[in-house]
Amino acid sequence: MPPQIEARDETAMIERVLGGQTETFHELIRPYERSVYLMALSLLHNEAEAEDAAQEAFIKAYRHLSKFRSESRFSTWLISIVLNEARGRLRRKQPGLTDSIDDTAEGSVTPAQLTDWREIPSESLERQEIRTLIRRALSELPVAYREVFVLRELEERNVQETAETLGITSASVKMRLHRARLMLQKQLAPQLKSAVPVSRRRFPWF
Amino acid sequence: MVLNCRHVWDYISGYLDNTLDAQTRADVEKHLEHCEICSAVLDSTRNILILTADDRVFELPVGFSERLHARLTQAIAETPPDEPESSV
Repeated sequence: MPPQIEARDETAMIERVLGGQTETFHELIRPYERSVYLMALSLLHNEAEAEDAAQEAFIKAYRHLSKFRSESRFSTWLISIVLNEARGRLRRKQPGLTDSIDDTAEGSVTPAQLTDWREIPSESLERQEIRTLIRRALSELPVAYREVFVLRELEERNVQETAETLGITSASVKMRLHRARLMLQKQLAPQLKSAVPVSRRRFPWF
Repeated sequence: MVLNCRHVWDYISGYLDNTLDAQTRADVEKHLEHCEICSAVLDSTRNILILTADDRVFELPVGFSERLHARLTQAIAETPPDEPESSV
C-alpha cells in the first residue's frame, strides 16, 4: 500500500461524504480504481463487463457508505463489494461455476519439471504475447483459486484479510494459493521458456 | 528428514512465504542444493509470481477513470448516500 494512501484520513473523508459533501467520494475512491477493476476482471474476463461491474460496485459503495464499519479497511470493503457484484454476474451467466472446492482433498499439483530455467526478464512483459500468455493462464485457474490468487498476489492482501473477504478459513487460503501457484507454474513455465528468447548464450565466444 | 521431490513441491509456497518451521526449511534447502529439478521449479514459480503481479499484465482500459467518475457524478446527483429504498 503506497504511503500516501495510508496517510489519508479516510474515516474523516467518509464522514464528509455522509455529511453532505458528496463530491469527496470521488477523491475517496480514486486510489482503488485499479484494484476494484482488477478484481472484477479476474472473475469476468471481459473488459467491458469488468468495467461495468467496477462502476456498479463503486455506486453501491456510495449508496451504502453508512454501512461501512471502520474495523475493516475501506479498500477491503470495496473489494468485497466488487467481488459480490462479479460473482453475481458470473452465476447468472454460468450457474454452478462458483461451486465450492474441496480443500482437504488429496491430490497435489505436479509442477512442470524443467531444468535450466532461466529468469524470464521483466522486459519480456513489454511484449503483448507474454502478457496474453499470463492473462490466459490466470483465467484458466478454477474460480475459487483465482479469487485467492488475485487477492494475495495482485492485491497484496494478507492471509487473514483474504480469508475474511472470501469467507473461508486461513488454511483454505493457504492451500488454494499453493495450488494456484503450482498450476500457474505448470502452465506458464514451459510456455514462457519457449516464448522468451535466450538472451545470454552459454558460450558467447562461439 | 530426507525429502523427496514430491514433498519439496508441497513446501514451495511455504518456502516462498517463509512460513516453514526452521527444521523443514533446512530440509528443503538441503534437497534444493543437489536437485536441479526442484531448484528450477522453485525459481520458475517465484519468477512467475513476480511477472503476474506486474502492473503491465493488467492495464486499466483507456478512459476508465473518466467514465467511472462521470457515472458516479450522475449517481450522486440522483441519490444522496443511503436512501431508504436502496439495498445491497
